[in-house]
Amino acid sequence: MTHNAPQTSIIGRSRQEMARRLAQDIANGSYVNLGIGIPELVARFVPEGRTLIYHTENGLLGMGPSPNPGHGDPELINAGKRHVTANPGAAFFHHADSFAMIRGGHIDLCVLGAMQVSKDGDLANWSTGAPDAIPAVGGAMDLVAGVKSVFVITQHCTKGGEPKLVESCTYPLTGRGVIDRIYTDLAVIDITADGFQLVELSPGVDFEYVQERTGADLLPIANT
Amino acid sequence: MIDKQVSSAAEAVRDVFDGAVVMVGGFGEAGSPIELIHALIDQGAKDLTVVSNNTGSGEVGLAALLKAERVSKIICSFPRTANSTVFPDLYRSGKTELELVPQGTLAERIRAGGAGIPGFYTPAAVGTPLADGKECREFDGQEYLLERGLKADFALIKGQIADTHGNIIYNKTARNFGPPMAMAAKVAIVQANQVVSPGQIDPEIVVTPGIFVQRVIEIADPAFESELVAAGVSYP
Repeated sequence: MTHNAPQTSIIGRSRQEMARRLAQDIANGSYVNLGIGIPELVARFVPEGRTLIYHTENGLLGMGPSPNPGHGDPELINAGKRHVTANPGAAFFHHADSFAMIRGGHIDLCVLGAMQVSKDGDLANWSTGAPDAIPAVGGAMDLVAGVKSVFVITQHCTKGGEPKLVESCTYPLTGRGVIDRIYTDLAVIDITADGFQLVELSPGVDFEYVQERTGADLLPIANT
Repeated sequence: MIDKQVSSAAEAVRDVFDGAVVMVGGFGEAGSPIELIHALIDQGAKDLTVVSNNTGSGEVGLAALLKAERVSKIICSFPRTANSTVFPDLYRSGKTELELVPQGTLAERIRAGGAGIPGFYTPAAVGTPLADGKECREFDGQEYLLERGLKADFALIKGQIADTHGNIIYNKTARNFGPPMAMAAKVAIVQANQVVSPGQIDPEIVVTPGIFVQRVIEIADPAFESELVAAGVSYP
């Protein structure tokens, strides 16, 4: 299925606006793991008065922002291997403890990017399955299997205009039935037993526009 | 008197044998025991199975060990780096076999190996290609995969301060795989910026108790991968 969505669409939310929208839904005091890329932006938009504690799976709880240029410590990094800081009250720990936090359900929320999400909440975000690609998975499979809530933040379609929200994933899975909610440039969508449930349209976007760009049926917001 | 301190990196890795399983600590460059890895390249052991989260960057440290074709198999979670073609070339040519393991499963397999647990069930990777060939079992309505504990003949680890009994404390996120790898290896070798006498590390803050460590070596000013790569170093 090919869609002709314009590549430089200004319809819907920008990356920053998507991150800002997602940040509204994170409760004060949550322990949160943010993936690399758009998910990292979420930390910039946490509403005033809320404090989140950031976990990075390489062994730090209480991760702070990037240090000033030239002040990075090569032994104080995040899962993306970038220099970070440790906030007051932070803790360091080894990998087995870090993934006990993840797998043991102690982390409240994880925000990840996606290549595809299916209507059943399956996620594909680690491999295109191309035969010459070097497979690399990192901690994504552990995160989606263990964290209490898993949100995806992603463009609604690929750069080529293909829907990322699909009936079933064609790329290799990261996890099966693991996604709770999706934030895209066009909408906020929940995964329910009945499939993709529209929660909210981005400003200036209508239902038909989103449905056209979604690879499975989208359930409209119920009239209450 | 117990004294686990050795005087050189060469002495620390002297008995690594061909075909050994070697765990190598580090997440990216944080905690990568560069000096021990370089000593292992000089020592010459080959046909190694390496257990490590990554495959190194540039042509130093772990990437240099791979480039020297000493590693026949790597058990790894993220063997892709932006600045190294060493592993991709070896993988595509079939010279180095890859066992890809989710990062948390890798950590727990190492911890289990060191804790005398031969296998455990985890929810990670259920329903994915990495579940292929693994036993799947249901507990309380949820599916889990059987994963095996991992043991090693040697572990190369970077700490911050060691005492001569082998008690170790680490530096920030350089701790990463050090503690579980020390538990899982018959011979755990730790390079530390400083080696001190027993009693100089407060027992309350010891991270790896000395029972898990067989050798310590002081490397006062260890190199970092990124600095070596930026300086254009290719080891040896």
